[in-house]
Amino acid sequence: MNIVSMIVAAVQQGIPLLFGATGEIVTEKSGNLNLGIPGIMYVGGISGIVGSFLYENSLHGAPINPFLGVFIPLICSLFGSSLMGLIYCFLTITLRANQNVTGLALTTFGTGLGSYLGQSLTKLAHSETPDISLIATGSLFRKSFPVFPEKIRWLGNILFSYGFLTYLAIFIALFAAYFLKRTRPGLHLRAVGENPATADAVGINVTAYKYGATIIGAAIAGLGGLHFVMEYLGGLWSSAGFGDRGWLAIAIVIFAIWRPNLAILGSILFGGLYILGVKLTGPIASIFGAGTTDIFKMMPYVVTIIVLIISSIRNRRENQPPASLGLPYFREDR
Amino acid sequence: MNETTVIELKHVSKRFGRILANDDVDLDVLQGEILAVLGENGSGKTTLMNMIAGIYYPDAGEMYINGQHAVIRSPKDAFSYGIGMIHQHFKLIDVFTATENIILGLKDKGRYNLSEAKRQVRAIADKYGFIIDPDKKIYDMSVSEKQTVEIIKVLYRGANILILDEPTAVLTPQETETLFSVLRKMKEDGKSIIIITHKMHEVLSLSDRVAVLRKGRHIGTVDTKYATESSLTEMMVGKKVTLNIERTEPVNPVDRLTISDLTVMNREGVKVLDHISFTARSGEILGIAGIAGSGQRELLEAIAGLQKMSEGTISYVDPKSGETVDLRDKTPMQIRELGVRLSFVPEDRLGMGLVGNMDIIDNMMLRSYRRGSGIFVDRKKPKDLAETIIQDLQVVTPSTSTPVRRLSGGNVQKVLVGREIASSPTVLMAAYPVRGLDINSSYMIYNLLNVQKANGTAVIFVGEDLDVLIELCDRILVIGSGKITGIVDGRKADKEEIGSLMTKTVSFSEGMVR
Repeated sequence: MNIVSMIVAAVQQGIPLLFGATGEIVTEKSGNLNLGIPGIMYVGGISGIVGSFLYENSLHGAPINPFLGVFIPLICSLFGSSLMGLIYCFLTITLRANQNVTGLALTTFGTGLGSYLGQSLTKLAHSETPDISLIATGSLFRKSFPVFPEKIRWLGNILFSYGFLTYLAIFIALFAAYFLKRTRPGLHLRAVGENPATADAVGINVTAYKYGATIIGAAIAGLGGLHFVMEYLGGLWSSAGFGDRGWLAIAIVIFAIWRPNLAILGSILFGGLYILGVKLTGPIASIFGAGTTDIFKMMPYVVTIIVLIISSIRNRRENQPPASLGLPYFREDR
Repeated sequence: MNETTVIELKHVSKRFGRILANDDVDLDVLQGEILAVLGENGSGKTTLMNMIAGIYYPDAGEMYINGQHAVIRSPKDAFSYGIGMIHQHFKLIDVFTATENIILGLKDKGRYNLSEAKRQVRAIADKYGFIIDPDKKIYDMSVSEKQTVEIIKVLYRGANILILDEPTAVLTPQETETLFSVLRKMKEDGKSIIIITHKMHEVLSLSDRVAVLRKGRHIGTVDTKYATESSLTEMMVGKKVTLNIERTEPVNPVDRLTISDLTVMNREGVKVLDHISFTARSGEILGIAGIAGSGQRELLEAIAGLQKMSEGTISYVDPKSGETVDLRDKTPMQIRELGVRLSFVPEDRLGMGLVGNMDIIDNMMLRSYRRGSGIFVDRKKPKDLAETIIQDLQVVTPSTSTPVRRLSGGNVQKVLVGREIASSPTVLMAAYPVRGLDINSSYMIYNLLNVQKANGTAVIFVGEDLDVLIELCDRILVIGSGKITGIVDGRKADKEEIGSLMTKTVSFSEGMVR
């Protein structure tokens, strides 16, 4: 296990988290605290699997069309996670349900739906093992840039050994940072999350911004699930699904103090810590003994708590969550 | 003066449930004039203005803007007619800069360009004599700076008619003067200004005409030059009222509460109160003047045992035994057990003073819940007390079992003050007891304070209206940024002197503004 493969593994592990964190930041900037992100990422993953399963089965042995092979899972994933975002919006914005309860319910729902659909597909595929394998689609998602010359192979590996979703994640995060800080819709979105009554008074459509940001945020987060099953696992759905990584994405939001560009660093760091436990062997691992994996899986949350403590002590208003985060908004009608 | 009518209201009515807030109001506003809208609380001033600004939609009646029939359903519609309103509670986003707040909600003609917006903000500021830093964050601003942002926000949208809802309630006399000179410049520029207020001297010094509302009806509009304080009050209240607060000489004052070197730090470690020393005497009203948030609240809370002090002593002289006890670091319960009869009317009536969802009797019991036998409370005495207060202070309430949050502001305050004076206190502290009350209720509260003074209570009165402080108090203590900047004799003081003391050492550190 050398340093280059370590960095590559950290990036691969971190990218799903980056999708989730960027999606959640965009959502939270509208004042919606969507704790359904772990469930939404599950749904994003399984929707892609369902789409690609149906497509691959319809081929009957014919070679896979590279465009459709990528396009179908992508659209299915976006559709599934957007629908979850829409459910969240309808419950919390239109019906004014409690955001925490709704979010947690969506996480439970999404995880369950993922497992259920996964098992159904396994039955349909008459598979011996409890997982679905879509190698053809997976290899399309894994397609990377041509290999670099021998001398700087390590650099090529660190920068260019990933599939297109990885670069998309970083592009979306950078674009979201630019959007929030430098554009007028970004200004308006932040205003909605800070003080919806003020935004409303100057004629900003609060409901539209909240719906828009939350649904787009959910769609972005869902791509994290798709990346995990298609690029990271190479077209594989196992009963473990996406696991508990969704909560890490929410922790990154706090770690990155609501800035998508910082979330890029945060997700690679957290991804690195997450797999360090899995990959670490030898003398260091023996210090921690049998619990090595769990200790390293715990580290991101410890880091998050430290960031929370530091940002509370420094108490800069810019580093605090959006002021109306978690609160429902309705015009007071007397 | 140009005599063009810019706004004309005809037979406008608005009803909220069973309450008729505006009843058949006719009103006109001329171009280039300052029109003051005067009325007691609940007379429908703000409702009427909110209809012009698009917050509410009238149930009946018509509006004409520049002679054309206008339908205004939202603040956006109002802006399209060139009408902008500056509300009493600012609608600003704390973490944004002044410029970001000013351009919020607008559409760009070309690219989103903050530096161009900043240039325009500066141009507006220079034109009318505002002082503003376009890059300053709202949370770093004083109240008067925030108000400036609100006004520029309205001007930036091209408003020709400005409505200001009690703009001077939170300003010092100097800041008020600056605001008035800005308003006069706007008027010269041909803009029409409507100002809601119930401060009579401001109406007389600033406005061209005065429209008086009473109980939702428009009583009449008069030219300011023909109006006097008493003629306007009579229109407002509907009968002649004497507006003089009686101030008796303190009878036999003795030191009751001596505060020395009181220092309080806030959570960020900033000194909110810095070595405060003064004495409150029995039979005397001690006024406390200062810009809102200069440490008044912390001072009263420290005395009441609700605020931790980092330095200083509070010594209380018992009127019967003559003994001195130190109240520092005692809880409210311990203070009471020492036999100190200390009453506190906090500024946050429904937060600290009363429980909004409980009725008057239960709120009375907050002070007496420990009496009664065993685990059972005594409900008889609080019930009697509630009935006495309702009768003596003319509290308007359906019954003693109505939740207090359903009462109007004045009645809530009467319940609170009534409860606090019922225990015949030796020290009575009242923070902004007349905030939001109309003239009649205010004078009733002033009278209650005077009765306490006559009974030999040491009264500490935190006020914001300097005219009232000067008329009511025997001595006035002025604090600025947590320090005492002066103690003046209420009989000799003038407003300008107190005003300049208030701003004497103002340096707004971050913790102070909040």
